[in-house]
Amino acid sequence: MNPMAAVEVMRTSPLSGVFVTLLAYKLAVLFNRRCKGHPLSNPVLIGVLLLLGWLLATSTSYRDYMKGGVMVQMLLGPATVALAVPLYGNLSRLKRAAGPLAITILFGGLVGIVSAVGIGWLLQLPQQVLLSLTTRAVTTPIAMSVSQGVGGIPELSAMFVILSGIFGAVIVKPLFSLLGMGDDMVLGTATGISAHGIGTARVFQLSETAGAFAGLAMGLNGVVTAILVPLLAPLLH
Amino acid sequence: MIMIETLLWLVGYQLAGELISRSFSLPLPGPVLGMLLLFCTLAARKSVPDSMKLNVPRFLSHLSLLFIPAGAAVLAYRDLLAGFGWQLLVVLAASTTLTLLLPGLLLKLLLARHRHKEEA
Repeated sequence: MNPMAAVEVMRTSPLSGVFVTLLAYKLAVLFNRRCKGHPLSNPVLIGVLLLLGWLLATSTSYRDYMKGGVMVQMLLGPATVALAVPLYGNLSRLKRAAGPLAITILFGGLVGIVSAVGIGWLLQLPQQVLLSLTTRAVTTPIAMSVSQGVGGIPELSAMFVILSGIFGAVIVKPLFSLLGMGDDMVLGTATGISAHGIGTARVFQLSETAGAFAGLAMGLNGVVTAILVPLLAPLLH
Repeated sequence: MIMIETLLWLVGYQLAGELISRSFSLPLPGPVLGMLLLFCTLAARKSVPDSMKLNVPRFLSHLSLLFIPAGAAVLAYRDLLAGFGWQLLVVLAASTTLTLLLPGLLLKLLLARHRHKEEA
């Protein structure tokens, strides 16, 4: 038996990437339950931290890890499609509030772009970083392609999306409780606009209705942002 | 078998979304278009197939799992992120908070007016 070969398998086999991801998630969920669902014990946040700890401890590169990680990530596509089912379950609420929802998502798309770029501009971040910030609020595939289209750095945009998603998922519940904004539709829609899929995963734990509206808002804000960013980006040049 | 049927629906609609999105170079990614298409289909047939009724809530309850690999990308881009330091964290935190709050308040206001009108 060659121990070095065993270590090599753990580092580079796609199977170990899948296993480590599932294990990190399982431990994160147990931890979340132990903390009685405290917002800071968010499963994405804890899962990512555990996974990063493992990758650093075993000096596994992100590339090697992703040979397996990509198999888990691939399920994001079908999961996004699946959001149509809870949304259909809320059809009557959706119909009644269609007007207010459409206005809110249009406005939210604009706030998402302007707030990120505006604050970044005040803090004197370089132009290419500002362009990469335009897509902060939308789901990763839209963010990366739109950012590239206007001269941003797609990988940087993807990082902005993920970090804001985790931050939004952690703060949304305490923030909205503090302000007495408990309505599931309001909570879900705001979360989908600001914190895309990671926020959607969070509010699904709170209620299926909030999750359904988060999914809808995430998708439509993606459309709004994909249309607005190429129109507004020339202002930065 | 019931899981297979669910996957056929979901992967089929994603695939349809990808095909339409690429053929017409739409700004929408395949999965988001697939979601909208599936929603229209469900609304047209006025019911959710039994297999999806059973499996979709189970699948979506683990949505968080699917974002963990993307989070690990911080490892690959840590130097790029560290280069801009605290300013970036301020921007992301402030912008995420504002984009939660302002649309949330607007929707609350619009819904209240809407209900008021309906009752009147």
